[in-house]
Amino acid sequence: MSLLTVENLTIDIAHPRGTLHAVRGVSFHVEKGETLCIVGESGCGKSLTSHALLGLSPRVAKVEAGALSFDGTDLRRLKERQWQKLRGLKMSMIFQDPMTSLNPSFTIGSLLEEVYMRHHPGGRSAARARAIEILKKVGMSNAEERLHQYPHQLSGGLRQRVMIAMGLICGPDLLIADEPTTALDVNIQLQILRLMQQLKEEMGLGIIFVTHDLGLVARFADRVAVMYAGRIVETAPVAELFANPCHPYTRALINCIPVPGKTRPGEPLGAIPGVVPSLIGPQSGCAFRDRCAHATPLCAKTLERKRDGAAHVYECHYTPEETAA
Amino acid sequence: MLAFALKRLGLTLLVLVSVSIITFSLVRLAGDPAIALAGPEATSEEVEAVRAAYGFDRPLPAQYATWLGDVLKGDLGFSNILQRPVLEVVMERLPVTAKLAGLSVLFALIVAIPLGVVAAAKRNTIVDRLALSIAVVGQALPNFFFALVLILVLGVGLRWLPISGDKTFLHYIMPAIALGYFATPAIMRLTRAGMIEVLDSDYIRTARAMGLPRSRVVMKHALRNALIPVVSLTAVQLGFMLSGSIIVESVFSMNGIGRLGWQSIQRTDLEVMQALVLIISVIYLALNYMADLLNGLLDPRLRVQ
Repeated sequence: MSLLTVENLTIDIAHPRGTLHAVRGVSFHVEKGETLCIVGESGCGKSLTSHALLGLSPRVAKVEAGALSFDGTDLRRLKERQWQKLRGLKMSMIFQDPMTSLNPSFTIGSLLEEVYMRHHPGGRSAARARAIEILKKVGMSNAEERLHQYPHQLSGGLRQRVMIAMGLICGPDLLIADEPTTALDVNIQLQILRLMQQLKEEMGLGIIFVTHDLGLVARFADRVAVMYAGRIVETAPVAELFANPCHPYTRALINCIPVPGKTRPGEPLGAIPGVVPSLIGPQSGCAFRDRCAHATPLCAKTLERKRDGAAHVYECHYTPEETAA
Repeated sequence: MLAFALKRLGLTLLVLVSVSIITFSLVRLAGDPAIALAGPEATSEEVEAVRAAYGFDRPLPAQYATWLGDVLKGDLGFSNILQRPVLEVVMERLPVTAKLAGLSVLFALIVAIPLGVVAAAKRNTIVDRLALSIAVVGQALPNFFFALVLILVLGVGLRWLPISGDKTFLHYIMPAIALGYFATPAIMRLTRAGMIEVLDSDYIRTARAMGLPRSRVVMKHALRNALIPVVSLTAVQLGFMLSGSIIVESVFSMNGIGRLGWQSIQRTDLEVMQALVLIISVIYLALNYMADLLNGLLDPRLRVQ
């Protein structure tokens, strides 16, 4: 049984011009000790999806799913209080901007201890010991001193380490990381990614890594789900995805990455023509058809799910050979 | 924190010096004090004599230095109209106003902060609208009218509370409500706005993502940050109450400094007026200084040099 199973997740948001179908039937699963990368452009629904997994959807969002289960628990039935017992303890989440995601009024120590004590009733000293331990684990030097510092006294990279420490202080099974490196310098990005990789191996974590950066995906993912306009258009193990991208969108995305040595200086970077379609109102067919060079009238009508090997699934009427440029 | 406190204290003292200069100059600008002292019947020789006797013929900076020296020694001058030292007159009245203002702020905070928090937490519901209506009514109602309504209902109608004077604690209840209600809307709306902003912030999402219960998220993580601007506003409001209690003190016949100010204007008692302006300024600055310190305690980011 998978650590997390999501089947046919939909998220609708009421909009003055009709219902916004932000997430339109997304299915995936995450195993223990595995990193699933959800990759897509802004607005494709990847953040909404990841928030829904923790029951943190905005109030205006209507979330439905055929199945949503975590470690044997049916998340669809949870009341807010039961969610609270799960969050932080069994699954937790870290966010994009470490500058604004830590409460500025409290010390690192009290933020960490509060999360631990919330899920482990008992003394502050046990919580303090655990806070020091987890700070060391995320690679913070002078952990004892850090406890007395405030978030604004730390750099962005250190703050993201504190965020990760908060997320992991109770030893969860699943960590959802919503663009955790987007706001950081490139060299710090790599440090944070290596740290997450190492913690995943040490703690047997399942990680859902939400990003728009395919370069990070290539380095970091075990499996990849490519999202476009509220659907997962292709999912495959990472090596397979980059070696054999089947969906025209995936290929277009990969073509946008400049390759040192191959991309000549001055050559314009790849871009996908057109814009993401509006998801307001009824939707049909393939959402990428307007930007796809190979679209046919069939693409406006229906979707077709194809398999290429056991773990490689994509949604296109045509095979990669037929859509090859 | 100590460095922050000292820096703020330095700034406050600077403002205080400016205030004292302005206060001193205003009285000199308001007219020739020698003519005022000598009286309408005096000849020009007599005016000159008064001018020399009181030192009004000396250069203004020298006069300011003497005046400041006296003030620092606790000598605020002598009221020729009341024939008493000004400090004595003011000190007699200050406790009444201080008590009234303190109770008013207490009333305002007790009403405004919970209302603001509830309105923000239940944003756009009937609860929120109700809280907002209370605020709008409070802002629209002049406090002399509200004070009269209170007197009619609680004093004359129900006979629960005394309607005039400042002898017992009961005398303070209606004036404190009348004065405090005036400050409630601003504090409530600022609390509500602050809470709404903070509740939408990333770190509140973090607190929720870590499984903290909603009550704790609202009361600890959100309120603490939302209160920072409220502290400053409350200090300003308290200052207004100290000086602006003229109407309420008059309606309820309380012998505070508001009423003293009003009486001094009527009998052109410049010495008392000058002292009142100075004392109110000092209190105002002291309140703002305390608000700064409180904010420094609430918001660690302010403590950075």
